[in-house]
Amino acid sequence: MKILVTVKRVVDYNVKVRPKSDGTGVDLNNVKMSINPFCEIAVEEAVRLKEKGIATEIVVVSVGDKSSQEQIRTALALGGDRGILVESGEELQPLAIAKLLKAVVDKEQPQLVILGKQSIDGDNNQTGQMLAALTGYAQGTFASELTVAGDKASVMREVDGGMQTLDLKLPLIVTTDLRLNEPRYASLPNIMKAKKKQLDVVTPADLGVDITGRVKTLKVEPPAERKAGIKVKTVAELVEKLKNEAKVI
Amino acid sequence: MSILVVAEHDNATVKGATLNTIAAAQKIGGEITLLVAGQGCADAAAAAAKIAGVAKVLVADNTAYAHQLAENIGLLVAELGKGYQYVLTPATSNGKNFMPRVAALLDVGQISEIIEVVSPDTFKRPIYAGNIIATVQSSDTIKVITVRTTGFDPVAAEGGSAAIEAVAVAKDAGVSSFVKEELAKSDRPELTAANIVVSGGRGMQNGDNFKLLYTLADKLGAAVGASRAAVDAGFVPNDMQVGQTGKIVAPDLYIAVGISGAIQHLAGMKDSKTIVAINKDPDAPIFQVADYGLVADLFEAVPELEKSI
Repeated sequence: MKILVTVKRVVDYNVKVRPKSDGTGVDLNNVKMSINPFCEIAVEEAVRLKEKGIATEIVVVSVGDKSSQEQIRTALALGGDRGILVESGEELQPLAIAKLLKAVVDKEQPQLVILGKQSIDGDNNQTGQMLAALTGYAQGTFASELTVAGDKASVMREVDGGMQTLDLKLPLIVTTDLRLNEPRYASLPNIMKAKKKQLDVVTPADLGVDITGRVKTLKVEPPAERKAGIKVKTVAELVEKLKNEAKVI
Repeated sequence: MSILVVAEHDNATVKGATLNTIAAAQKIGGEITLLVAGQGCADAAAAAAKIAGVAKVLVADNTAYAHQLAENIGLLVAELGKGYQYVLTPATSNGKNFMPRVAALLDVGQISEIIEVVSPDTFKRPIYAGNIIATVQSSDTIKVITVRTTGFDPVAAEGGSAAIEAVAVAKDAGVSSFVKEELAKSDRPELTAANIVVSGGRGMQNGDNFKLLYTLADKLGAAVGASRAAVDAGFVPNDMQVGQTGKIVAPDLYIAVGISGAIQHLAGMKDSKTIVAINKDPDAPIFQVADYGLVADLFEAVPELEKSI
């Protein structure tokens, strides 16, 4: 079984981002970039399926500018077999990305596509579901357990009240939640080997996809700051403040 | 303007998140139609008809919609949505699951988790775990939107008298089926709807110690939440997680106990009206957002707090 797994290059989760002073975007100068954490979980899940003998090939796909090759190479070092970069210098919206991935799916015909549930920059949480709709495939979003057997998969999902389990037909789109697995680190020999693995670069035009977005970002700004609070010395003082000042109890 | 709001419900009752979403729809302005899709959902539809500000309730009662399977609900909402200028639903785990399918089927973008309606085509939404607020404008003919409920005060659940109309559209994609659901049972208020939330972090040390928080919460009529660290450590189940990838809460009072305050956690609670932090580390980042900080051992402070209220 062939698995397609997607990775996105994003600002590292430890970085506190700031808007540019003119509010036109987020300041990404000299900021550490990494694989989106949810995508790392997706790669790990694909590798585990290969280790179990369920997957035979793992194709790593990223949509982004040239530098996203770095994230594909990292995923190849973790166990991906080959990579595809859909190269675009533009800031693409989830629908455009889903259409590009649909074109790759049409070509590669994987039985399973694993994506992160959201990227920690845009926090959209859309691409996997959109890809599922465009392909007409079933979706197992926010997965915390994935079991593939025959032409079906069982997915346990994180939902608001607890956990839900679904039976889903292959081909299938899965998006990962935090507790699906704990990603491994790439070893140095594997990082070296990954440099030699095949990485194809295509453009949206090659795939025949219109990437025009109809949602425009007008400005970005920091959120309203909370006023600095005070330190209380005792529980009694805290209770007094909550009763008489904040009036919340 | 015509707005279709997809209700969050459990077939018997309409969930509170629906009321916040209708409030967002009112900010956009226009006639609001509420869709209740489920199985055996007549009671939820009757409750929906009483919600203030709703002009019409559509009911799609079919086995295909029994468990809100995204493949089926997506087809239904996309079909109905063609007749509207806006399709809205709350950004709950259910709304996040099916709504992007609707947008893709309609070939439009989705605007996720709006927190403010600036004008009928312009909205504010948090990005980067809430560290940045983006103002976005949509030129799509149908605007598909999920609503972060904490951004909008709910409309009244009573006072309306909308007509109820059955929808005969049965869409079954035939690719997914429901197996089971394990939902946490609790007598405490729902985390996202509670006026007071008490949350514990890694500082709780183990799951047993959360009893301290349950006791305090019961005295306050509060819900109990947790940080990702506490969930990952296995102290409590994942449905209690507050943060960027968990639940977003904005109660009147949020009491953070033994939580250091990673930005991913702050993203889920920093819009609370009053924040209290109890932590023995005076440099914990949680104190930077707390209105009242108490540097203390939680195992002494929490029982004392419980006794004094």
